[in-house]
Amino acid sequence: MEKVLTRNIGPDQMPTDMTAYKANGGYVGLRKALSHMSPKDCLKVISDSNLRGRGGAGFPTGMKWSFVPTEDKCTPGHKYLVCNADEMEPGTFKDRLLMECDPHQLIEGMILSAYTIGADISYIFIRGEYVVAIQRLRDAIAECYAKGYLGDNILDSGYSLNMYVHPSAGRYICGEETALINALEGKRANPRAKPPFPQVSGLWGRPTIVNNVETLCNIPHIIDRGADWFKTLGRGEDSGSKLFGVSGKVKNPGCWELPMGTPIREILEDHAGGMRDGYQLKGLLPGGGSTDFLVPEHLDLAMDYNVIGAAGSRMGTGTMIVLDDRSCPVAMVLNLIRFFAQESCGFCTPCRDGLPWTRQVLEDIESGCAESEHLETLAYQIKYIGAIGNTHCALAPGAMEPLQSALKYFYDDFKQHISGGQCPYHKGA
Amino acid sequence: MSDQEIIESDLNTVLSSEEIAEIDAELAHVPYKSGAAIDALKIVQAQRGWVSDQSLQAIAKYLEMSAEELEGIATFYNLIYRRPVGDKVILFCDSVSCWLCGCEDIKQKISERLGVDYGETTADNRYTLIPVPCLGACDRAPVMMVGDDLHTHLDKQQIEKLFADSKQSDKGGQ
Amino acid sequence: MIIFVDGQEIEVKQGENVLEACLNAGLDLPYFCWHPAMGSIGSCRQCALVQYQNPEDTRGRIVMGCMTQVTDGARFSLNAQNATEFREAVVESLMLNHPHDCPVCAEGGECHLQDMTVMVGHRDRRYTGKKNTHRNQYLGPLIQHEMNRCITCYRCERYYRDYAGGSDLGAQASRDHVYFGRHQEGVLESEFSGNLVEVCPTGVFTDKPFLKHYSRKWDLQSAPSICSGCGVGCNISPGERYGKLKRVHNRYNHEVNGYFLCDRGRFGSGYINSDQRLDYSGLKGAGLKSADATFAAVHQSQAIETAAGWLQGKKVLGIGSPRASLESNYLLRELVGRSNFSSGFSDAEAAVVRSIINIQKTTVATNPTIKQMESADAILILGEDITNTAPRVALALRQALRNKSFELAEQLGLPEWQDAAVRNLAQDQLSPMVIVSAMDSRLDDVASQLISLSPAAIADFSCAVTASLQGQESDDKRVQQVANMLSAAKRPLIISGSSMLSANIVDSAACLAEALQAHKQAAQEVMLSFCVPEANSMGLGLLVNEDKRPLRLSRLAKKIDTVDAVLILENDLERRLSQSELDLIFSGKTRVISMDLLENNTLARSDLVLPVASYAESQGTLVNAESRAQRHYPVFEPAAERLCSWQWLLQLAAVMEHKKLAGIAHFDQIVEACSKSQPIFADLTAVAPDHSFRDRGLKVPRQTHRYSGRTAINADVSVHEPPQPTDCETPLAYSMEGLNRDQPASLIPYVWSPGWNSNQSLQKFQAEVNGPLKGALKHSGAGQRLIKSTQQGLEYKLKVTHPRMQKGRWQLLPMHRVHGSEELSAYTDEIAELAAQAFVALGETVAEKLGVAEGEMVVVSTADQEISLQVKVLSRVAKNCVGFSVGYDKTKSLRAGDSVALRRDKSWQPPQVIATDRGVASNGC
Repeated sequence: MEKVLTRNIGPDQMPTDMTAYKANGGYVGLRKALSHMSPKDCLKVISDSNLRGRGGAGFPTGMKWSFVPTEDKCTPGHKYLVCNADEMEPGTFKDRLLMECDPHQLIEGMILSAYTIGADISYIFIRGEYVVAIQRLRDAIAECYAKGYLGDNILDSGYSLNMYVHPSAGRYICGEETALINALEGKRANPRAKPPFPQVSGLWGRPTIVNNVETLCNIPHIIDRGADWFKTLGRGEDSGSKLFGVSGKVKNPGCWELPMGTPIREILEDHAGGMRDGYQLKGLLPGGGSTDFLVPEHLDLAMDYNVIGAAGSRMGTGTMIVLDDRSCPVAMVLNLIRFFAQESCGFCTPCRDGLPWTRQVLEDIESGCAESEHLETLAYQIKYIGAIGNTHCALAPGAMEPLQSALKYFYDDFKQHISGGQCPYHKGA
Repeated sequence: MSDQEIIESDLNTVLSSEEIAEIDAELAHVPYKSGAAIDALKIVQAQRGWVSDQSLQAIAKYLEMSAEELEGIATFYNLIYRRPVGDKVILFCDSVSCWLCGCEDIKQKISERLGVDYGETTADNRYTLIPVPCLGACDRAPVMMVGDDLHTHLDKQQIEKLFADSKQSDKGGQ
Repeated sequence: MIIFVDGQEIEVKQGENVLEACLNAGLDLPYFCWHPAMGSIGSCRQCALVQYQNPEDTRGRIVMGCMTQVTDGARFSLNAQNATEFREAVVESLMLNHPHDCPVCAEGGECHLQDMTVMVGHRDRRYTGKKNTHRNQYLGPLIQHEMNRCITCYRCERYYRDYAGGSDLGAQASRDHVYFGRHQEGVLESEFSGNLVEVCPTGVFTDKPFLKHYSRKWDLQSAPSICSGCGVGCNISPGERYGKLKRVHNRYNHEVNGYFLCDRGRFGSGYINSDQRLDYSGLKGAGLKSADATFAAVHQSQAIETAAGWLQGKKVLGIGSPRASLESNYLLRELVGRSNFSSGFSDAEAAVVRSIINIQKTTVATNPTIKQMESADAILILGEDITNTAPRVALALRQALRNKSFELAEQLGLPEWQDAAVRNLAQDQLSPMVIVSAMDSRLDDVASQLISLSPAAIADFSCAVTASLQGQESDDKRVQQVANMLSAAKRPLIISGSSMLSANIVDSAACLAEALQAHKQAAQEVMLSFCVPEANSMGLGLLVNEDKRPLRLSRLAKKIDTVDAVLILENDLERRLSQSELDLIFSGKTRVISMDLLENNTLARSDLVLPVASYAESQGTLVNAESRAQRHYPVFEPAAERLCSWQWLLQLAAVMEHKKLAGIAHFDQIVEACSKSQPIFADLTAVAPDHSFRDRGLKVPRQTHRYSGRTAINADVSVHEPPQPTDCETPLAYSMEGLNRDQPASLIPYVWSPGWNSNQSLQKFQAEVNGPLKGALKHSGAGQRLIKSTQQGLEYKLKVTHPRMQKGRWQLLPMHRVHGSEELSAYTDEIAELAAQAFVALGETVAEKLGVAEGEMVVVSTADQEISLQVKVLSRVAKNCVGFSVGYDKTKSLRAGDSVALRRDKSWQPPQVIATDRGVASNGC
């Protein structure tokens, strides 16, 4: 497949500066849009392309943007575009690559997106730990200001946009778009109630679009080469290419740009090289720590939003975490629940107090001092915490996904912990 | 003059001119002063390693917020330190991919080598060990950051080498 | 519009949320974070129910009642198994870290968390891990902090910061470690901190003074009462046991205080239990009038006899009181005769209250309730620091400023109760409020413009705005700005008052309101409101308002020698008269009889003192600033030989064989007589039901049905059970027997409903959420407005008088303090602690010129005295003005408008710090 998002990224390629980026077709889309296309035209192309958000939820990008009120339906003032570069989903490592290696691609995508929705200020909300990416983005933005790609009257188009990098002070919940907005406002990052959606009332009460890094990186290419071209990239029902990654006990963990709809088996075996010697595949989380387990029987499924959804999981971020047969599924879920309980913002009850309760039950099971009632309690908690709508945001239901699927696929492991009075994977330890 | 007022008047002199200049730069692109709260905390922390009560009060005053409001923000985020830390902070990833790749052994090794557990600072005040959510380098697990540097594919030898010049010590500091 | 809940059809109002709809329908849907005055944020997830898409949908999905707007025909279930299971799970997880310390918790027995736990049926805990614990903070003398009990509903932070505008309490940390407190330990700064006690659904914030002599709610004897702390007239529910006033809770009145009180109202009644209360009548011994003469305690009968001897057939003057009830003042006036009665106001107070009453009688503007003030979309404050002179009004003004955000929300179709969303949308945008005052006020933080002017200049400014509305241009840009703000508003509010004791300001506010209404035509509703000095200033003012030549207090002092005796009703004259005038009254031969509660110099210099009951031991009518007459009832019987002042006066009338008062023996008869005495009091009998009121044949009980230990309560004195006191003066009984349900709003002693032991049971008494009480609909409303404006408008020819200031002298202006300025509450230990030292308030330049800093001392010299006062440095102040803490003991003799000289107190030395708990002391010790 033709490399699109990663055309400037490879083991032997240097991170791009503006010259390098432009040399490989960079900023063509931007020039095209600013000189020949109205924001409306751009929106149509993006809508037609069927691009879906790459941050995890898979919401159609064009539709999201269409909710931003146009000038005549909105009180005068700023509109904002925010890039969500707060990559903190456990097992996810794709946005770091895009930002460290090809910062201009993201910036071009942001300028185009901002132009489309009529934003005049844009922020990149990035993990504070991504020190290298922060520096490269800041350098790239400085280049853009110096060369007229950012600031007033971009490329003499009459369109103006400012862009700032905002390193986060660290909190998983900031990946939730409304929590991110609160963090950008310098507040505690509790998610906000929806509605109103940020498109209408977001950053500082103004219309705001928050998109994931990878989503935004797609925009220049779609604008440059059209919706139809983009649709042909996918192998299945979804459009475009996607960064897929694999971590865990595989021979060749990594991240690759592949067509949407690439089967899991292909990613796992051809690209990640299969399991390390002596390890068997037991299960995998297809798109980060808050997705449901899939098991070997699912290996031939295509990585498409609806296909994975139909199998009871979610595409999420597209970066898989592989569970091998020598790691304890209970302990793995406990690790995840610990993380989610730790990262709960503390706003709503089921998440703030429910997750630590779940953690305690799992700790009992993992340490072998549980009884069969513990499994009933887990089922009760999944029902209580696991449904969207029961909680204020999606963090806690996400946390329940690996747990509920682990109970489904690895029930025997849970039972053995209880009947054996110890973790079967840590015998004698 | 009571103690309270001594503290009050001193607050104007806590922030250095460099810190103020950096905070002002952030203020230029937020509509409300409190909008720069997190940036200001990070700026001061970058200079001093952590945010003391006095620093926090001084920032709050400068941003025309109450200390309570800023405290609520400072204590919400993982990377704002409200207690002193060592010269370098070790952000050790204990999330799922690193766990699958054996990070628990590595953590144990670090603890043994430096004599500290999570949240503690070495006796020589060089390192503070803190767990961090996934560092986004799962393909190179296990990983950690020491200061601004990312260390990947961690194993015990690497830990030994990395902290070779750090004296093994009893549990120390904070 | 209707919705279905478990098949039951419920009538709902468009725009409300499902939780409100359920509560209005009388359904028990548990909740924590939602508050009727603060709306919804959806954090606790307790009010979950199941919503079905259509009649065929049998699964439905969980929604939060407080976050779901009603839509016509929508279907919900409260009792579906997944809903009840979910609600139980919420409580189970809230209880993970809760200490289960109900037996030693002050909230126990009136705890919303207890109620909800029982309501959802949670009993057995499955969590076996360790509980999180927190360190508590010292938050000052009023509020006790116990964070371990916290269930993280965020109500405290939302109330304190978002609703009351406080900045020093907030959420810290995250996940299950969230902590609500201050940055460092210290006294909570807000004047409204006490509401945390009622806002917190469990025992995190509790009433600290109450803890010193604690009783359970069910053991308290309560009566409907009216706060006597200021002229706002908030409705309160004081609770008593063992003859002590234990605590004061809010009593809901949807037009006045709603759900909240200020800290003076809640905590300022400690004086009732004070050692300085008078127990017995005191008669000066042989050395009558001598300074060292002591009082001999005498029996009631002897006191009355003595007084009769001094009064019968003699020429007697009476001095009334703005803190005594209308009935007592009326009786005194009748007793001595109209021309011999002085209101007891200082001359300046009398003038300004007269102005306010005359304006209210004629103004074309609306005289708003507090509830109406919350609807203002532009506010002009003239001369008042409302937070300190009418605190509850200031809280309402803070809500009015949010109307800007509600406007924005409406454009997005967001309901007002979506609290967080509305705040996020509007951010810092507020409706405009201009404060024109001499110096700092506690609403400065939310004002759109601050203008610092002396009292005379405030009146001038107001006149200039009036002129501008009438088409005259002004050189002052600010005049035009204020005129524009007012004329652009749909519901502008002009609010002024008596605190500067300037009738000019009050009159100028009225002129402005008239001009604005004329300018606006009918489209807008101009509101005009005034703050008045004391709890019954208006009642007293109305009593003397029709007198052509009222007897001024200063004139009374001058003619004291022409009379035989003077009768003083609950009035410390030191606060109203100069030293020389006081000497006239007390040094002559005239007998002085004083009735009062607490020791003061007026009592000390009187010949006979009669101990009177406090508001909590007596009934009476108080008329608030909007001329609303409201009745308070005795919570408990006065101890020792205290009597209500109206009872003393009736006894005096009897022994004096007073003809006009001869037929009067009961309180209701006084009300009756008073209502007939002047047309303005015609509605007085409708303020509250008379003593014959019965609810289903029974009086209203002051005690809860769980009231315990009645037979043993006095066992330390006598093992014989004393009979319960009988109450033949009021519709209330000192009893557990009777109903407390939907009687008239003015007769609800406390709120309780089966399953709802906390103050949240109020919703069972409300006709609807935030609406009037059921009893107010069925019977009379919440008090009676006495003044009904003729709306003729007054022709004002305002002549502003400017004081002539000498060089090097300053105009002394009163600064009111919630804690310290009010006479009686200042006798409460906690209030005295917060009041701290009396002070003089200087602008920065003046302080610099005098070479003093905050906390140092300055000598203030008037024409006849010198007082050394602590310095407070102001952030803004009008030219040539300095402030002083008014009403403090030390500054009692200073008067508004005094011309003073200032100098640094050279004899003052900073206190030497011996030790400190705050690190190293400044002098290096």
